[in-house]
Amino acid sequence: MTIDLTDTTTGAIDQALTEARRRLGGMTLGMVLTLIIVTDEAAQYDAIRAANQAAREHPCRILAVIARKPKADSRLDAEIRVGESSPGETIVLRMYGPLGQHADSVTAPLLVPDVPVVTWWPDEAPQIPAKDPLGALAQRRVTDTAAADEPREVLSALAEGYQPGDTDFAWTRATPWRSLLAATLDQPHPRVTAGQVAAEADNPTADLIAAWLSLRLNVPVARTVSGGPGITETAFSTLDGDITITRTDGRTATLSWPGKTDRTVALHRRDTAELLAEELRRLDPDEVYAETLSHVRVSPPDQLLAASEDRGEEDF
Amino acid sequence: MDEPNAGETGPAPANPGVIAAELDPVNSLRDPRDRRIPRVAGPCVMVMFGVTGDLARKKLMPALYDLANRGLLPPGFSFVGFARRNWEHEDFAQIAYEAVKEHARTPFRETVWQQLSEGVRFVSGEFDDDAAFDTLADCVRQLDAERGTGGNYAFYLSIPPRSFPVVVQQLKRSGLSDPGPVGPDGHRPWRRVVIEKPFGRDLETAQELNAIVDAVFPAESVFRIDHYLGKETVQNILALRFANTLYEPIWNRSYVDHVQITMSEDIGVGGRAGYYDGIGAARDVIQNHLLQLLALTAMEEPVSFDADSLRQEKEKVLSAVRLPGDIAEGTARGQYAAGWQGGRRVIGFLEEDGIPADSKTETYAAVRLSVDTRRWAGVPFYLRTGKRLTRRMTEIALLFQRAPHLPFAATDTKELSQNALVIRVQPDEGVTVRFGSKVPGSAMEVRDVNMDFAYGESFTESSPEAYERLILDVLIGDPPLFPRQEEVELSWRILDPIEQFWAENTKPEQYRSGSAGPASADALMARDGRAWRRL
Repeated sequence: MTIDLTDTTTGAIDQALTEARRRLGGMTLGMVLTLIIVTDEAAQYDAIRAANQAAREHPCRILAVIARKPKADSRLDAEIRVGESSPGETIVLRMYGPLGQHADSVTAPLLVPDVPVVTWWPDEAPQIPAKDPLGALAQRRVTDTAAADEPREVLSALAEGYQPGDTDFAWTRATPWRSLLAATLDQPHPRVTAGQVAAEADNPTADLIAAWLSLRLNVPVARTVSGGPGITETAFSTLDGDITITRTDGRTATLSWPGKTDRTVALHRRDTAELLAEELRRLDPDEVYAETLSHVRVSPPDQLLAASEDRGEEDF
Repeated sequence: MDEPNAGETGPAPANPGVIAAELDPVNSLRDPRDRRIPRVAGPCVMVMFGVTGDLARKKLMPALYDLANRGLLPPGFSFVGFARRNWEHEDFAQIAYEAVKEHARTPFRETVWQQLSEGVRFVSGEFDDDAAFDTLADCVRQLDAERGTGGNYAFYLSIPPRSFPVVVQQLKRSGLSDPGPVGPDGHRPWRRVVIEKPFGRDLETAQELNAIVDAVFPAESVFRIDHYLGKETVQNILALRFANTLYEPIWNRSYVDHVQITMSEDIGVGGRAGYYDGIGAARDVIQNHLLQLLALTAMEEPVSFDADSLRQEKEKVLSAVRLPGDIAEGTARGQYAAGWQGGRRVIGFLEEDGIPADSKTETYAAVRLSVDTRRWAGVPFYLRTGKRLTRRMTEIALLFQRAPHLPFAATDTKELSQNALVIRVQPDEGVTVRFGSKVPGSAMEVRDVNMDFAYGESFTESSPEAYERLILDVLIGDPPLFPRQEEVELSWRILDPIEQFWAENTKPEQYRSGSAGPASADALMARDGRAWRRL
């Protein structure tokens, strides 16, 4: 059911929620977290949809915060959706006028008691998420640098302002690649002397993977530019030749190992709901991300190298 | 950059003892703190016998697809089916495609299937046909060459135990079971064999069966699947008991009055009549599922969650299980009679196709066991299982002693029963705590209420199917969730005297389909001044 409340207060919202729950036959309060989505009118539909999908795995109260008409008089409108597609509750909060600057005063009383809070900026994120009032409420702050116009700059700003609990979808997108790379090196392998990651120029995920490889393996890793989609190739240079993983169609990857048969594996790009579900799985600070991010800052990916036709030692 | 690969001496790999053994040099991309990266199986081929069966179609093949979809299968993973049918590779791929499409739990992606199906093969033949097994051997070796599966094979025997000897012998004869020498990369290929219950029908046959498999495969490469142990809730027993402080202090004879472990089914024997007759409920369910649940509930804290520590604790507690002094008084068994179940008229066990009219096989079994340890002395464990009961349900219930003194008038607490902690294994997985609470109003009246944690509504959507987890563990070579032969033998030692007594002395009592079991089971509880929880 959907309940619309105009020019309302958090007290009235809370009461409406309790009443709705009672009318729907006492739904259990099995919610494991509160998810605050900071968004705008144009993007809210997609963001809430993705959050509702993720809520199937992590039942939660979703608070979508939308700031509107900063010059208008202060006013709070709320739209409560319960007992619909997802197991939790969704509250869309529209804040008019100066209230938009004090969104935390609206969200704080509506947090589910005793469970963690996650704040997600699907689009533009504040400079220092942890210092943002809505970020300060949360254990976990999720941004998405890929949504920015200048992903690289945003990434280094995030590195600058990093606080434990920060995380970014650019890093979440790296998981399948990192998993495959780690699984590759699970096999007995010759010593890795260098690495390479090729992707479109504006791909912060590729920057992070390159930084991660170079940090963990302690070898130089080149970040080269390709036509995409997304990341198209990663390579380990070894004394026996290159071990490469190529993915030209954004779906299937091929693992080539010197002296062995090529092997293929599915490696598809994931949608927002899947990324969000992964983020909500772990709510403790991601130390590996922190280290990788600071490595991007101290040694930013090379001035983007053009992908040469015969990729070889000269890249590094 | 003057110290290449210095990270090698750094953090230990995520799965010490599992992956590390195959690593040279250490994989510095693995870091225990990096919990986003999942465990992924190494290159391998899975060969499945009995692919035309229901289990393969509904559970095993969809589980393989789900693993691929989650990115947990290695590049080049291949899957070979072996059965009597006269199929080509493509026919089998089509069957597998339909099975996956219908039963997979993760969304169907054409590209994932495309990639997986490139490694699907089929070999047709009888189990006693040497030529067919030679073809199978050629087929997997060809996969090694074509798809780089590294000579690692897992054999899944989804077949009746009577076929084990011939299949295992064939694997040996055709050289498939031999991992061969250490390769040039310092890695010795592995062989693993997966077998499903029943693990024998008594101690003797269990030992025979084990001897057959053991003669060809070393003990550590035999994986016995009890799919109950792959269920989230069952693994959650460990988390509930050993990750919390709340329960441990009361998890003993000082507070627990008794424990009830139940697995009830609403269905009859159906298509399993041929197998079921002569086996019965106790051998089918108590010997494996219920005794494993008992072990996990009653065992002491293992020093770690690796396979050996966990099994040691389970074996310890299973070896401390004692039978009732008088088996006649401490057990009950029954057969379902015709009746109404779930709104449908159903026939009795003796009228089922394939069941002889004088069958003495039980479809309901209940036993009272005790666990002779300091923690559990004097606390009875009641185990029951049956078919065609009121509803389908599996749970472990700890019933606590009543408070020693109640400062209320007796009438105030009339409706208060024992506190209970119930681990619901299926359906509606979760945990319930039952305790007394005041009824609102001016009078003091205390009544039972439930505090509920439901995995069900929330986490199931994406929680892996038990088989998914278990197959991945087999491919990775991670054994904690698989019972070892010692556990199997210990549970037969518990059950054999009961079966023997039953065979010699009693005939199963008829109970009405759709009821909660035979009257003798209720009498068993009544003698102890207790009652079964309602199904």
